[in-house]
Amino acid sequence: MATHAMTGSRIRERRLDQGIRQADVAAAAGISASYLNLIEHNKRRIGGKLLQSLARALDVDPASLSQGAEPAIVDGMRAAAARNAHPIDTDRAEDLATRFPGWAGLIAAQESRVDALEAEVRALRDRMTHDPALAGALHNVITAVTSIRATAGILASDDTIDADWQRRFHININDDSRRLAVESEALVAYLDPPAQDTTSRDYLVGFEEVEAFLTRETKLLDWIEAHPTANPETLLNQYDAPHLSREGRTLLLAHMARFAADVCLMPKATFTPAAFGAQGDPAVLAAHFDADLPAVLRRLASLPPDVNLAPMGLAIADQTGALTYLKTIPGFTPSRYTAGCPLWPLFTALSQPMRPVKSEVVLPGQAGARFMCYAIAVPKTPADFSSAPVLETTMLVVSDPAPGPVEPIKAGVSCRVCPRAQCAARREPSAINTFS
Amino acid sequence: MGRRVLLIEDEPNIIEAISFILSRDGWTVHTHEDGTTAMDKVRATPPDLIILDVMLPGRSGFDILRDIRAEPDFARLPVMMLTARGQAKDRDLALRLGANHFMTKPFSNQDVKDYVRKLMEEAS
Repeated sequence: MATHAMTGSRIRERRLDQGIRQADVAAAAGISASYLNLIEHNKRRIGGKLLQSLARALDVDPASLSQGAEPAIVDGMRAAAARNAHPIDTDRAEDLATRFPGWAGLIAAQESRVDALEAEVRALRDRMTHDPALAGALHNVITAVTSIRATAGILASDDTIDADWQRRFHININDDSRRLAVESEALVAYLDPPAQDTTSRDYLVGFEEVEAFLTRETKLLDWIEAHPTANPETLLNQYDAPHLSREGRTLLLAHMARFAADVCLMPKATFTPAAFGAQGDPAVLAAHFDADLPAVLRRLASLPPDVNLAPMGLAIADQTGALTYLKTIPGFTPSRYTAGCPLWPLFTALSQPMRPVKSEVVLPGQAGARFMCYAIAVPKTPADFSSAPVLETTMLVVSDPAPGPVEPIKAGVSCRVCPRAQCAARREPSAINTFS
Repeated sequence: MGRRVLLIEDEPNIIEAISFILSRDGWTVHTHEDGTTAMDKVRATPPDLIILDVMLPGRSGFDILRDIRAEPDFARLPVMMLTARGQAKDRDLALRLGANHFMTKPFSNQDVKDYVRKLMEEAS
């Protein structure tokens, strides 16, 4: 049920929590008890002055009655429930989050932490299994140990070895022990990076590191806005960036260079009014600035909140669907670590390269959050006759669009935590309660 | 019972140690270090038993074992695989390809002597 439709339930819960009679609240709000009863059972929709009157009567913030819990927290709680071996009544997640926001936040935060730790375990397992450098280092260590053990075993168990052989084996052990020391140090260094690198290890992938850095260092992009032709490397050296991993630094420089190119093509001073004039329509802006659509989508998402357009998120993925850049907004929080919902235009655009996709998407549960999505997949490599193009798909996500004439796409976050039972794109059963 | 052992291994000090151990135990040990030409060596001087390392320059011990078993003359030749990779899947692969024994590095010298003796007895 959508959040606004649960307003009556929340009013009833607040009233019962405070032990106030229905008739008293109704009288305080200037309505009849029977009308309040209909409201409390969600048989009458309310808003405006009446909502404010009831909120005043219950001494609560009107928003807490109309909006319910933070959608991201409810999603997190549902994801946590999905891990549980025994079924949990996930339909009441929002009720719980509304009544106990602190505990709900804790559940969602712990779910997020568990998700990240599981991803770290997977990444480490992949590294242990597939990293040729690690396999080579271990092989070298075992080879040296084998040689030392075999040679030492000969010397220890055979007193009749002549002096020349003894000397030869001693030299071999000495050589192998030196080699073992070097290989062991290299292995330890590989498995345990120095202390100054620990910050970068907080992130499983360099992309996350880049996004966290950009969130922290908000002035970096402002500076590029003002000086788009400056050398990104020189600029980055002025920031507190020594803790960036090598991979993170490489990705960040590439992101800065791409952002600078977008700024050169679409300077903020002219792009912002044009975006207003075009009502955020990327195609109009692309024609106006003679820019390609992905650049316009990136530029729109880069506008600061004070520009007063609707909140905009951005997702960029490679041809496998792996996210290479993510700017989240409330309600749009895809995970890097679980396979996403293929119904998002980000992925459908990959099946029709160069063709723009504009679709409204509605999420299940969480107030039926709606987004207008603009996506396009384009080759990221120059065309040539010897190889297939490598595609990159970009999607701009605009929050709360005006309802359109076309039925929105009923997407989700991931099959595992999606309650939509009848979905052609479902690849695995849901672990939470489903609905048709 | 034959006495010729061919050790195919690329690590000089391990070659020296195993050669010494087996020589002192009465075996004639020939050695070869390169995976690419290992089969030429097997054909040129057919041994009575092969100790075969898995990770060799040029060609893996698994590929060499496959070739050995593909030639009728060597179908029953005892082969003991030697590897630093002790994973179950490597052991399974070696045995599936026809290895008679799979020994994980680091090994004990006594185990090398015991298994060479055992495999030779089983083959004779």
